[in-house]
Amino acid sequence: MKRREFLKKTSILTAGTILPMSLIEVAFANEADGSKSGENFTFAVISDAHLQQIKGTKFVRNWDMGLKKAVAECNLMNPKPDFILFGGDLGQLGKAAEIDHGAEILSALNSPVKMMLGEHDYYLDLGEHWMNRFGDPYYSFDHKGVHIVVLNSILVDEKWTNKWKDPMERMQTMAGLDDPNGSPFMVGLQQRQWLKKDLENISKDTPIIVFSHSPLQKLYKGWNFWTDDAELVQDILKPFKKVNVIYAHVHQIQYNKIGNIAFNSVMSTAWPWPYPETYSQGTHYMPKMTIKMNRADPFFERDATGWQMIDVHSGRVDFNFQLPNNKNRTVAYNEKTEQPEDMEFQKEQIPPQTHY
Amino acid sequence: MKKILKTIALSTLSLYITTMLQADEFTQKDLDLWMAEYKSVVKEGRKVFTNPKLGTNTVTCNECHPNASNTHPETYPKFQKQLGKVATMAEMINWCIANPLEGKKMALDDPRMTALIAYITQERKGIKLDPGKH
Repeated sequence: MKRREFLKKTSILTAGTILPMSLIEVAFANEADGSKSGENFTFAVISDAHLQQIKGTKFVRNWDMGLKKAVAECNLMNPKPDFILFGGDLGQLGKAAEIDHGAEILSALNSPVKMMLGEHDYYLDLGEHWMNRFGDPYYSFDHKGVHIVVLNSILVDEKWTNKWKDPMERMQTMAGLDDPNGSPFMVGLQQRQWLKKDLENISKDTPIIVFSHSPLQKLYKGWNFWTDDAELVQDILKPFKKVNVIYAHVHQIQYNKIGNIAFNSVMSTAWPWPYPETYSQGTHYMPKMTIKMNRADPFFERDATGWQMIDVHSGRVDFNFQLPNNKNRTVAYNEKTEQPEDMEFQKEQIPPQTHY
Repeated sequence: MKKILKTIALSTLSLYITTMLQADEFTQKDLDLWMAEYKSVVKEGRKVFTNPKLGTNTVTCNECHPNASNTHPETYPKFQKQLGKVATMAEMINWCIANPLEGKKMALDDPRMTALIAYITQERKGIKLDPGKH
């Protein structure tokens, strides 16, 4: 199928899957005095594209198509998302060619784009090219009554960072998710101090959304589904009544709640990763409440990949996962149980697919 | 007939005795050597599993299968609907090399194939065999 035909076909398909969703009326709570506490809004997250240069202008077709599909679908959203966050890992080996290729594909988006850094964008030149192109790797902004923070959570200690003679060897080691010579991620002291200061003048009632590439919780160290100083970052967020952490890196649906902090992960547009428990020789701490995705069908190359649109209401986030070849899923914040829940499958595991 | 049987019995006995005399027992040295051989092939398998040159597009096996997870070697052979037949893990590995890695299928007795199977199976050590399972 030619690219143009493909895009045309995806457009028709996605119009079918997205339009009904745009009709969802998201209710938000009124204050006791009848005033509205904040405005509802929708944004999208596209993440973990892992564009991989083969040589010159040749890139891995499969990963390219994943990102292009997400961009095409995002552009069809109605109403348009207020912004689109790219969740990191635009490239695979942090090459300028990969980051530029990604920037070109993302430039087709017709909503404002916010960028987050992933380890695959960083460990070749320590983020130099990425930062030249996209700016600071951590920052905050306010949007319709919500305070939004983007962190760079993929730092590791300086000793590890500086021990490599060959930057590409460092990048390749970090790029191997299961490489035993990698190092655990952290936000680090400097950013934690910045975060404290950033939140100093924010009212404790203001809803907060924190974006981080790695989970700001400890799930499985072997694959860096992990942030070493997660508890210290959680401590900074604890005093706020409504905190939502949205993270990338894991290429699968996860959700959790720790105190007032709700956690949601986003999908990759490139490939899915197995859940840590499928590796029988590791110790993992997966959140019990997460209803897992089905095993991917490798014969359909977009299976178990996807992107997500997110409704913000009452300071909490609802996730609408767009999953090609799989039933789309919604993981929404349940005000009664005060935790994120799958709208359809929370009470029982998803019946297994029959096509893998 | 009786004579023939007797001859067979005798020759079997003599064969048994000769074998007993000739058969060597495994020494610890043998076991260590064989285990070292096996481990070196597992190690080689991990190298193949992470080698960007296995296919043609620089994609490696561990990009999708960290620690060889979700390869479920314990379920092979099994009917693979998409291949339309009962397949061994080697055939599925070849499918992966030909498709996500855009490479050339290898001979089933290629030393790299043996190494890949050794590594993948080693990562799944201890899991109950469950052939045919989906």
